[in-house]
Amino acid sequence: MRHIVSVLLENEPGALSRVVGLFSARGYNIETLTVAPTEDPSLSRMTIVTAGSDDVIEQITKHLNRLIEVVKVVDLTEGEFTERELMLIKVRATGRERDEMKRMADIFRGRIIDVTERTYTIELTGNTSKIDAFIRALDRASILETVRTGSSGIGRGERVLRV
Amino acid sequence: MKSASAETARAEQPSSNSPLEGPITGAEIVVRCLQAEGVKHVFGYPGGAVLYIYDEIFKQDAFQHILVRHEQAAVHAADAYSRCSQQVGVALVTSGPGVTNAVTGIATAYMDSIPLVILTGQVPTHAIGQDAFQECDTVGITRPCVKHNFLVKDVHDLAAAISKAFYIARSGRPGPVLVDIPKDVTVARCAFEYPRNPSLRSYNPVIKGHMGQIKKAVQLLLSAERPMIYTGGGVILADASDLLARLVERLNAPCTNTLMGLGGLRASDRRFVGMPGMHGTYEANMAMQHCDVLLAVGTRFDDRVIGNPKHFAQNPRKIIHVDIDPSSISKRVKVDVPIVGDVKEVLNELLTQLEANQPAPAPSTQAWWHQIQQWRSRECLKYEFNDKVIKPQYVVQALWKVTGGDAFVTSDVGQHQMWAAQYYPFEKPRRWINSGGLGTMGVGLPYAMGVQIAHPGAQVAVVTGEGSIQMCIQELSTCKQYRLTPKIINLNNRYLGMVRQWQQIDYGGRYSESYVDALPDFVKLAESYGHVGLRIERPDDVEPALREAFTQLKDRLVFMDFITDQTENVWPMVKAGRGLTEMLLGSEDL
Repeated sequence: MRHIVSVLLENEPGALSRVVGLFSARGYNIETLTVAPTEDPSLSRMTIVTAGSDDVIEQITKHLNRLIEVVKVVDLTEGEFTERELMLIKVRATGRERDEMKRMADIFRGRIIDVTERTYTIELTGNTSKIDAFIRALDRASILETVRTGSSGIGRGERVLRV
Repeated sequence: MKSASAETARAEQPSSNSPLEGPITGAEIVVRCLQAEGVKHVFGYPGGAVLYIYDEIFKQDAFQHILVRHEQAAVHAADAYSRCSQQVGVALVTSGPGVTNAVTGIATAYMDSIPLVILTGQVPTHAIGQDAFQECDTVGITRPCVKHNFLVKDVHDLAAAISKAFYIARSGRPGPVLVDIPKDVTVARCAFEYPRNPSLRSYNPVIKGHMGQIKKAVQLLLSAERPMIYTGGGVILADASDLLARLVERLNAPCTNTLMGLGGLRASDRRFVGMPGMHGTYEANMAMQHCDVLLAVGTRFDDRVIGNPKHFAQNPRKIIHVDIDPSSISKRVKVDVPIVGDVKEVLNELLTQLEANQPAPAPSTQAWWHQIQQWRSRECLKYEFNDKVIKPQYVVQALWKVTGGDAFVTSDVGQHQMWAAQYYPFEKPRRWINSGGLGTMGVGLPYAMGVQIAHPGAQVAVVTGEGSIQMCIQELSTCKQYRLTPKIINLNNRYLGMVRQWQQIDYGGRYSESYVDALPDFVKLAESYGHVGLRIERPDDVEPALREAFTQLKDRLVFMDFITDQTENVWPMVKAGRGLTEMLLGSEDL
C-alpha cells in the first residue's frame, strides 16, 4: 500500500543521505522524496512516498525515528491529509495541436508559463493521480519533457507536525 | 556558514569555567575532551592528518595511547575494552586508508551495539573533495555502520561534537560514533569549554518501560504454565544480570542466553538451559519452541537464534519483548507485548510488579520442568573423547578447568567460537568477548589486547583457529610492546572449519578453498615476535600445556598450537533456513 511519511529533521549536512541510505540499505522503496527547510531554518521537512505492507511501514517509521537527526516522523496516510505535487511539462504546440493543448491545460487548471512558436511549458499542481491523468490525456508524441517534484503532504485540519 | 565576526567574537569570549584560559588549538581540544570524559586508554595509529593530535598526546599523560599494528585492531581493541569494562572505547586513526582499515572494526562494534568513539583525521577542509592524498569520504563510508557520525569543519564545533559523540555512543542502544576532524581544524584555535550533559532535541531514548505494558507482561508471566526467558546482549550492556537472576528465580523459569548474552545468567544456575540457536542446546531450542510465554530481553530474534521465522511461528505462544530499540521489536517475529525501555529499568519494574502480585498463586511449572529434564537428558553436547587425536571441545573444557572458569575469553569466528561458547560456561557477564553480529574473523587477538589493557593481571584466553588468527596476527607485535600476555589457544585443524563443515553437509563434500595450506610454524612465529610458542599434538599434553601457560608462563604471551581432529563438527546444528527444532545432533543425523 502507498504511504506518505512526513519527517521533520535537523537541517544539517548529511541528514538527507542518512535517510536515503537507510531506505537503500534495508531494501525499502522510495517513490518520491521532497525536502526543503521549514519556516525554522534549523529544521527540514521531508515527504517520502513509499509502498509496503503494514509491517514494513512500521519498520520504516521506527528506523527513521532511530536516526539521530530525525526529530519527528508521521505517517500521513494514517489520518486525513492533503497532498500536492508540481509538474512542469514541455509539450509540442504547433498547428491545431496548439489550441488543443491550451484547452487541455485549462481543463486541468494548469498554467502555461513559457511559450515558443513550437512549444508550451505548462505548470500543473495536484495530487499524484491528477498529474498522472494529465500525462495520460496527452498524446505521448506531443510530450517533449517532464519534470515532477514528487509529493508534499500535510495533515488536514488542526493536526500539525512541529517540534 | 558562520560570519567571520561571529567567530571572532566567540573566540575572544573566554570560557565561563576557566576565565583565565585563552584560545587553544583543535588538537589540544581533542585531548582535553578525552580527559574530560575520563578516558584512560586510546587505541590508535598515527598518520599525516592526525599529527597535531599526536603531538598533543605526546605532551600529556592523562591517558595512555596504545599503538597497534593495523587500524582494524585499534577499533577491535577499543571495542573489547568497552565490552569488558562498560567504558566507552576510544580509537584514533588517520584519514583515508586509516579509516578504511578501521571500517571492519566499526561495523563489528555496530552490529553488537558497543559504545565507541572513533576519532579520524581528515584532509584540510579546503582540500576536501579534491581527491587529496589520503582523502576519503569518511562520513559517507562509515554512515551505514555507525550510530552517528560528525564531520567537524569549524574548531568552534569540535568540543560539542566530541561531547555529543560520547553521549550518543553510551546512551539508548549503544553504538559506535565517529568524529571526523580535518587537519586544519586541529591547528585552528578557540576557547575551550567542555559541554557537559549535551542534549539533542532529536534524540531522546526511552528509558522507562510503559507501565501498562509491564502490567500486561506480569499477568502473562504469572499465568504461564511453560514460561521461558530468552536474553541477549542487552542484559550485558545494561548491566542487568543481577536483576535477571532474581527474575529467573522468582518465575522459576528456564533461561537461555544468546551468543551475545552468555554470562547474563550464571551458567551453573540450574535454570540455565544453555545457548539457543543454530548451535544451541537441544533443551534451549525445544524450550524456545514449546513454551507458552516467552520473555525476550535485550535480544533481537536473530536468524542464527530462531532459525526460520515461519517455523518458529508455528507454535502458539505469547511473546513479551523488552528492548531499548523499538526497531528491534516485531522485526522478524511479531510480539504480543512490546516494552520499549532500558533493560535494567524494565526488569526492575517487572520484579516490583511481580512481588506486588504475590498473593495470586502461579500455576505449577512442574510438568514443564519435567519436560525440560527429558530434553536435557539427550546430552546434546556430549562428544567422543579420543586419546590419540585432540578433540577441540576437550581443549576448551581443559581451559575452563585450568582457569577455574573465571578467565576472560575472547574468540574469533568459526567452529572454535561455537565450541568456546558451548564448552566454557560463563559465570559472570562481560567475560565472553566475541563478534556475534558481524562475525568478524580476526577479532580474537585485538579483543584480548583490549581486555588486558582494561583488566591488567586478569587471565585472558584467545580461543581461535589457524584461519582467524592469521587475520590480525601482526598484533603479536603490539602485545610485545605493551607486555600483554594473553594465552592463545589455536585450535588448528588445517581447515576453515565452519566452511568445511557446511561444505560437508550442504555442498556434497566439495571442500572448495577451505583447506588451509602452507601454514606458518606458529611456534617459531610466536618466538620471532618474542613470545612463547608451544605445539601440542597429544590429548595427554593438553591440560599440562594449559597449566604451564597459566602458571609458570603467566607473565608471557603463550601461543599454543593445538593440532586437533581435522574433521570434527559443531553439534547440534540447525541448518540455515531450517526450523529451530529441526536439529542435527550429530553426524548420525546426516
